[in-house]
Amino acid sequence: MSKKFGLFGGLLGLLAFAPLVFEDYGLGLMIGIVSYAILAQAWSLFSGPTRYISLATVAFYGVGAYVVAVLNEDLAYPLILLIAVGTGLVMSLAVGIATLRLAGVYFVIFSFGLAELVRQLITWYEVNVSGTLGRYIFLPFEARHIYWMLLVLAGVTFAIAWWIRNSRTGMALRVIGEDEDVASHVGINITRTKLLLFAISASLMTLVGAIQAPRWVYIEPSIVFNPTVSFLTVIMALLGGPHRLLGPICGVIPLFLLFEWLSANFPNHYSILLGGVFILIVFLLPKGVLEFVDRFRLGGAAK
Amino acid sequence: MLTTSLVIGLVLGGTYALAALGLTMQYGVSRIMNLAYGEFVIVAAFATFVLVSTLGLDPLLSLLLVGPAAFVISYAVYSVLMAPLVKRSRKGGNLEIDSILVTFGLLFLIQGILLVIFGADFQSYSYLNVAVDLFGVTIAANQVLAFGLATVLGIGLFLLIRFTRWGLILRAVAHRPDNAPLVAINVDRVAQLAFAFGGMLAAQAGVVISMFQTFTATAGVVFTMKALIVVIMGGVGNFLGALIAGLILGLVEAFVSAYLDPGLTLASTYLIFLVLLLWRPQGLFGKSVS
Repeated sequence: MSKKFGLFGGLLGLLAFAPLVFEDYGLGLMIGIVSYAILAQAWSLFSGPTRYISLATVAFYGVGAYVVAVLNEDLAYPLILLIAVGTGLVMSLAVGIATLRLAGVYFVIFSFGLAELVRQLITWYEVNVSGTLGRYIFLPFEARHIYWMLLVLAGVTFAIAWWIRNSRTGMALRVIGEDEDVASHVGINITRTKLLLFAISASLMTLVGAIQAPRWVYIEPSIVFNPTVSFLTVIMALLGGPHRLLGPICGVIPLFLLFEWLSANFPNHYSILLGGVFILIVFLLPKGVLEFVDRFRLGGAAK
Repeated sequence: MLTTSLVIGLVLGGTYALAALGLTMQYGVSRIMNLAYGEFVIVAAFATFVLVSTLGLDPLLSLLLVGPAAFVISYAVYSVLMAPLVKRSRKGGNLEIDSILVTFGLLFLIQGILLVIFGADFQSYSYLNVAVDLFGVTIAANQVLAFGLATVLGIGLFLLIRFTRWGLILRAVAHRPDNAPLVAINVDRVAQLAFAFGGMLAAQAGVVISMFQTFTATAGVVFTMKALIVVIMGGVGNFLGALIAGLILGLVEAFVSAYLDPGLTLASTYLIFLVLLLWRPQGLFGKSVS
């Protein structure tokens, strides 16, 4: 076990030197990969074991970015991040209390429109109350600072994911995903467990948005609440396999590079190709690529 | 102001009810949670836009073309995308989750195609844009027509489901999918037809909406959301419930937009949804699940 931890720490340490090696473009790619790795891991944390598909990633991500945009001139940076996490936490608890007591489909529907709702509310507020649409972010961060912060967050996210998998909560969550009736019979507090995990997952997503915010400089609701972010997070987590610890990261790297290439070469048909790849993945690899590799390696003996 | 909101609310509500009837068909009968439903509505609106602006066709006539075309396309979509998932669900897959994921992909696919062809701008065409006087309210003739169409189509469908043999079969599959085969109902076949029929209703709603509203390639999500909320409000698989819930939603939106702010209509929709989830998740007219 300690060997695995050493490997993990060593890898993170190695990755921290990336800004010395890569130019601006390469570093931009690394930032994208690390942030999607966190998003996909945070998504899998909740949606993997419970099978409650959350389509609201960008709602939290965008709120994180917006909190930074609103407060960036008034408060100290660590305090802003804290407020961002708090906002994401409160929002996820509100959504969770309303929907997680019920069947999964209500949660999916609620999360489906959540980003659009938050976007419209912020737009309404900015136009009618504060009188500005669009804000500037002036924070003294360069790309490498953002990269390092994201790397730390990625480490924390993976540690949380590992810890939950090996704790009673993780076990409870898997039972809930298998059969809610059984879960309630063995004395699991279903709603509380789901709520807890959803809140953790959403807070992590909010932080990714908050840390990335200075990259934009100029922020507008239509920029930060881009539904593609939710979409990519789900597809990456699914490709790797959301039930496995290393699943999300295995999905993030190939898909991020693929989509980066697609958006550079086919900017107009990007959305069509995204949809197509998504449908293919759902059809061909319903349990993720790691599961597929396992089955192949074990000669079809294991289920 | 009051009567104006009332009339506009009924017009909106009529189209929502129509859209929701199609979704309740797809979700209630076929068990497919179609997140790309609003895209079908928007595609029909754009198809009408093309037919009207390039061929000079009357939108009413386009209703007769677009509706059946949507039926055929939805039928094909079911064969290609949904039928394999239904088959897989018998071997331990989960149809609800799989259909959510596939239609989520489909949403981006259709949206992407629309963006390539039409761009991201608001589109509309002018049709019957003359003022008429209705109960002392001045309202555009196209809105009156839209309401009339939605009412006729909605009530027609309701009668079809309530009083015909085919409607009885649909209700049987909606309420007791496990028992339906016992009375010699081919559930798979009914599911496919219901899905296609739902797609047709979505398209009809799209044509009606295009008569009096502007639309964009990315507006589908909001229509899906509203239709879903109406379906849940009415009770899944409850057709009369969907009709009434659609009207309620339209009225609420019209009043919020008249007395509060047009920018808050989606928020009001969501508020209704939230209250519903906390108070009666089985729907206003659904039976309590124990």
